[in-house]
Amino acid sequence: MKFLNYFILILFLTNLNSLRAQDEDLQIKITKNLRCLVCQGQSIYDSDSEFANSLKIVVKQKLADGKNEKEIYDFLKKKYGEWILFNPEFNKNTYFLWLLPILMFIIGGAIIFRLFIIKNK
Amino acid sequence: MKFKILPFFLIIFFCIIFYIFYKGLLNSNIYVPKNNTEIDIPIFNAKVFNSNNELNSEKIFKDDKFYIMNIWSSWCVPCKSEHPFLMGLSNQENIEIIGLNYKDNKKNAKKFLKELGNPYKIILLDKHGTISIDWGAYGVPESFLIYNKKIIKKITGPIDKDLLIEIKKITK
Repeated sequence: MKFLNYFILILFLTNLNSLRAQDEDLQIKITKNLRCLVCQGQSIYDSDSEFANSLKIVVKQKLADGKNEKEIYDFLKKKYGEWILFNPEFNKNTYFLWLLPILMFIIGGAIIFRLFIIKNK
Repeated sequence: MKFKILPFFLIIFFCIIFYIFYKGLLNSNIYVPKNNTEIDIPIFNAKVFNSNNELNSEKIFKDDKFYIMNIWSSWCVPCKSEHPFLMGLSNQENIEIIGLNYKDNKKNAKKFLKELGNPYKIILLDKHGTISIDWGAYGVPESFLIYNKKIIKKITGPIDKDLLIEIKKITK
């Protein structure tokens, strides 16, 4: 019985830790996907500019307020435009961007198929 | 006939790719956020400079009056160059200039105002820079011209002679 109690206690403690870590992981994930507008090319996570440091605080606050990843992105997109996200979203401006690799893969595959497999037959 | 289609298609394909990259090469790679105007001003609470009171933004910005929200700091060099223009605008009756002191040291800020004059009706404090993000700003100085609780013009960087003329034209 005693063993069971300890077991539950340990389970509880480790869970608490992972909960906090999850929040931190999410914060890191979000700030890595945000572009620093002052030092362009760097992410907010990597940058130490005034703007980046403020934005880190804002992301932390929003997460503490219970906002999810998408809500934070939407908030920042409204303020700064879609450029602030490193990962471009899938919309009518980016169809070509997202679908081009797939298209090239299919076309390339078709060329290989024609040249080698049909020829060998 | 079948074999001639493929090279032809490839050449056109690479021409298109070349054109796209060549065009992209000439584009400026410094991005400036779009000047989103006609958007509502954010609602926020901020501490007032020289006092311990907190003020809600809804109590500051009233209808039917022009406001300039100016983000400034004593450590920011371009702020010094735009300060005389703000002093000039502070004499205009239908404009109120609100300052947002960005990540600054109180002592230095006081010294800055003492040396160059104080054009601000109210100065709010933004110690962590989070209020500036609410406004969509990413540096100092930045100014927002506000009318009827809407941002009608956003100025990134210091106000200069041309911008001063433009502001005067809008607020006439």
